[in-house]
Amino acid sequence: MEKKINHPLQKYFRGPINYTTCPGCGNGIISQAILWAIEDLAMDFDKFAFVSGIGCSGWIPSPSYNTDVLHVTHGRSIAFATGLKLATPNIKVIVTAGDGDTSAIGGNHFIHACRRNIDLTMICVNNQIYGMTGGQVAPSTPYHSKTTTTPYGSIERPFDLSQVAISAGATMVARWTTFQARQLRKSIAKAILHNGFSFIEIISQCPVQYGKVIGKRNNAVDMLMDYKNRSINVRKAKKLSPDEVKDKIVVGEFIEDKQVPELTQEVKRLRKEAVSRCQK
Amino acid sequence: MVYIDKEACKGCGICISVCPKNILAFTKDLNQKGVPYPKMIDEDKCTLCENCMIYCPDFAVVVKKDDK
Repeated sequence: MEKKINHPLQKYFRGPINYTTCPGCGNGIISQAILWAIEDLAMDFDKFAFVSGIGCSGWIPSPSYNTDVLHVTHGRSIAFATGLKLATPNIKVIVTAGDGDTSAIGGNHFIHACRRNIDLTMICVNNQIYGMTGGQVAPSTPYHSKTTTTPYGSIERPFDLSQVAISAGATMVARWTTFQARQLRKSIAKAILHNGFSFIEIISQCPVQYGKVIGKRNNAVDMLMDYKNRSINVRKAKKLSPDEVKDKIVVGEFIEDKQVPELTQEVKRLRKEAVSRCQK
Repeated sequence: MVYIDKEACKGCGICISVCPKNILAFTKDLNQKGVPYPKMIDEDKCTLCENCMIYCPDFAVVVKKDDK
C-alpha cells in the first residue's frame, strides 16, 4: 500500500485539490507558480484577494483557493479589482484573466489599469484561443491559424499583450511560457511586491483546443517542448534582427519602473489635501 | 522520494518529459479515470529536483525528502 502524502500547497486550498481542467492544461502549472511564489514570500494568504473573469483561467483561483475570491463577469475582472483595491488598499489583489478577458472584451479596462498604475498583479493566461467555448479565434491567435470560426485561416494579426501593456504604461511587465515555471514563480513573487500595476503574460498550452489548430491535439508534452525550443530571452532577442525573432516567443522581464506614482497612494494624498483645504 | 497520487493523475505525461534523469515512465495499468499514470523506475538516480512536482498541472506529484 502506497503512503498518501499531502501536497505542500494543500494548505492554500479549501478542500481536496481537484482541478477540473483538461489533461495537460497549463492552468495547474500557473496555479502552482502563484502559490509557490506566495509560499516563497511567506505572506499571510488571508491578505490576498483573487479576482478572476470568465474563461478557463477563471477557474485557477475560484472556487478552490482558501481566501477571498471574486469570480466576476466576462472581461470586468480588472474593473472589479480596481474597486476592491481602492476600498481595501492593504490587501494584495491578484487578477487572473485569460487572453479573451484581457485583450478582447476587457481590453479597455486593461489599458486603463496600466495607465492609472494601480497596485494590482495581473496574471494573464494566454492560451491563444477561446478554449472554453470550443476553439474560436481570439485577438491573440497567431496569423493564419485555422480555428473553428476561421476555417481558411485567421486574417487578423494578433495582439502582443506585453507590448500593449508597456505602451499603455504598466510599470512591471514580464512574459513567460509555462515551460519556464521556475522563472515564472520568481517573477510572480516580484510582481506581488511591486508597488504599481504589474502584468505577467503567460503563454500557456491548451492541448485540446489550440492543440488541434497546430496539429498537436491532446499532446501537452509536444506543446511544452515547442515552447522550450521557441522561447528566447529578451536580452538575447535585443541583439538579433527582427527577422530572426519572428517565429520565437520573446520571454523575460521587460520593464520594471518604481518611479511612477501609484493610484491608491494618489487617492490617499488627494483625500488628505482635500480635508486640509476644507479645514482652512 | 517522489510520491504520485495516481487517482489525481490525468495522464498528460508532462512529468515524464521534464524529468532530467528520465526515470519516470507510464505504467501499463490504468487508474479510475482510465488513463495510465507515471511511475518511478529508478529511485536511486532521483536528485529531488522537484521538476515533476512544479510542472504537474493536477498537483498529483509530491517530492519530499525522506527523513530516515
